[in-house]
Amino acid sequence: MTAYIIRRLLQAIPVFLGSTLLIFSMVFLLPGDPILALFGDKTPTDAQYAALQAQYHLNEPFINRYLIYLGDLFKGDLGTTFRGQEVNDILARAFPNTLRLALLAIVIQLVFGVTVGLIAGLRKNSIFDHVSMLISLVLISLPVFVLAFIAQYVLGIQLELFRPTVSRGVPWADLMLPALVLAALNFAYVVRLTRTSVIETRQNDFVRMAFGKGLPTRRVIPVHVLRNSLIPVTTNLAADFGILIVGATVTEGIFNVPGVGHELFGAINRHDAPEIVSIVTVLVLIYVMVNLFIDLLYGVLDPRIRYVK
Amino acid sequence: MPHFVAPTDEAGIGAVDAVRISDKKSNLWLDAWRDLRGRWMFWIAGSIILILCVIALFPGLFTQMSPVACDLNFSNDGSSSGHPLGYTFQGCDVYSRIIYGTSTSLSVGLIVTVIVAAMGIVIGAFAGYYGGWLDSLLMRLGDMFFAIPYILAAVVVMSLFLKDRNILVISLAIGFFAWPSTARILRSEILRVKSADFVMASRAIGASGWRTLFAHVLPNSIAPVIVISTVGLAAAITAEATLSFLGVGLPSNFMSWGNDISQAQIRLRTDPLPLIYPSIALSITVLSFIMLGETVRDALDPKARALR
Repeated sequence: MTAYIIRRLLQAIPVFLGSTLLIFSMVFLLPGDPILALFGDKTPTDAQYAALQAQYHLNEPFINRYLIYLGDLFKGDLGTTFRGQEVNDILARAFPNTLRLALLAIVIQLVFGVTVGLIAGLRKNSIFDHVSMLISLVLISLPVFVLAFIAQYVLGIQLELFRPTVSRGVPWADLMLPALVLAALNFAYVVRLTRTSVIETRQNDFVRMAFGKGLPTRRVIPVHVLRNSLIPVTTNLAADFGILIVGATVTEGIFNVPGVGHELFGAINRHDAPEIVSIVTVLVLIYVMVNLFIDLLYGVLDPRIRYVK
Repeated sequence: MPHFVAPTDEAGIGAVDAVRISDKKSNLWLDAWRDLRGRWMFWIAGSIILILCVIALFPGLFTQMSPVACDLNFSNDGSSSGHPLGYTFQGCDVYSRIIYGTSTSLSVGLIVTVIVAAMGIVIGAFAGYYGGWLDSLLMRLGDMFFAIPYILAAVVVMSLFLKDRNILVISLAIGFFAWPSTARILRSEILRVKSADFVMASRAIGASGWRTLFAHVLPNSIAPVIVISTVGLAAAITAEATLSFLGVGLPSNFMSWGNDISQAQIRLRTDPLPLIYPSIALSITVLSFIMLGETVRDALDPKARALR
């Protein structure tokens, strides 16, 4: 297990360096002047231009700039936005809200997704199975902002079940609606994975064995079938998380949740390139770390993985 | 005539003789087509996509109205004769904007799919077929691209292009970061096919490495790429609409469903219809490509067929 963890950690280092280099070179090697992009339709004066050039080290060679950027990143300094705010401060304020939203969404998608997927898998080709497959297909097809607007309009404005936008202080109750929308994005994938996995697991000899030695269904299904079916669902959480990050940007913007995605949404609208890059870098870092964590978890759950070279 | 040889069991040879060359040929693609033919989902998705293509190519056939002839007098009016879906806040005809937006969505979807498939096939094929250090290098490169969710990457790229955003730029921004999954799938499929007897036979009769790759290995490992490309086309259409919705997509002089939805969102509480109609068009388009991908996957993958 230790060897597996070390190997996996070592593999993460080039990915981390490479992806930050990619983002960094996108910003500075693409045609298009980042300083001019900052000003949008206006043109900066020569003095402003020179000051910004010095602030962002733009007059130094590319590789030096990357090393400065990496050094700042390691020191935990994410730079300042075009409006002069520290990105660290913004994230410190916004991150807890996004974390709560994401946790709520993951819990909802897992509880409902696994339950529906399990029933659909156990009753293959039943009405329930067909209906849940059809619903999951529709949910996969709905772009997140369409889903968010439908939820906001129907559940928030027409039926008044939830507040259409989040109020100050971000109470848990207000987060329910955006969390439901976020959960719906991955719900379909969780249902499908669980269903396929349950159907496959049920055909295994150890399940027949469990039934054969007289264990009741209420023990075989949760202990033998469900537990073994959850491994692919767990690994897929990494991919789910990628969808969640993008989904959070849109839903937080629409429901006015003061989180990281909302900040990114705002930064995009203000054309604040340094802020966009800092936030995207942080999101990518989180994504890489979550991927790493889930891979390690996979090794814990499935011993076969650890011993593969 | 007397027998001088003991009678042999000729069942094996008989079976070979029993194969008639005139019988219907069968291979993966023919089997898949026979499977597809019998599915209602395939025909529904196929016809919707066909209609969408006709709309995208000849929008003039479906509406006489110009999508940019807007009259503020009709701002947010309901449907009237000749304007079945009513007007936007700017007084533009919603129906004709949807019709003219079709080609934007489909073009972005198609261009992204071509970019992703081309990059994914070249990189995946080299990595899988040649193996060794090239494989490790290309796959680690893929990991780096994979570590950045492609919509976020596109947000960064597009936010740097303020002036000349167009369909090609947005397609490149989406496609350039979406190829690793295609490359990974093709690579693992090639690794599986590479050890098959027919590949060794091809090398044994003196075919070059390139010929073996293009004539034998690729055709036998391309099926999953086709499936992921169909679903990827749907994802690319969604990505374009999402970027336009976020304000880093196409400029407002392009007809784009994402732009129209973005502009209608401020008045969701009072006038939801100009937001709902383009959303429906977008969702139906995405749904039909996903349905097509589902049926094609089931048809090409015998394992999925067995699980159904």
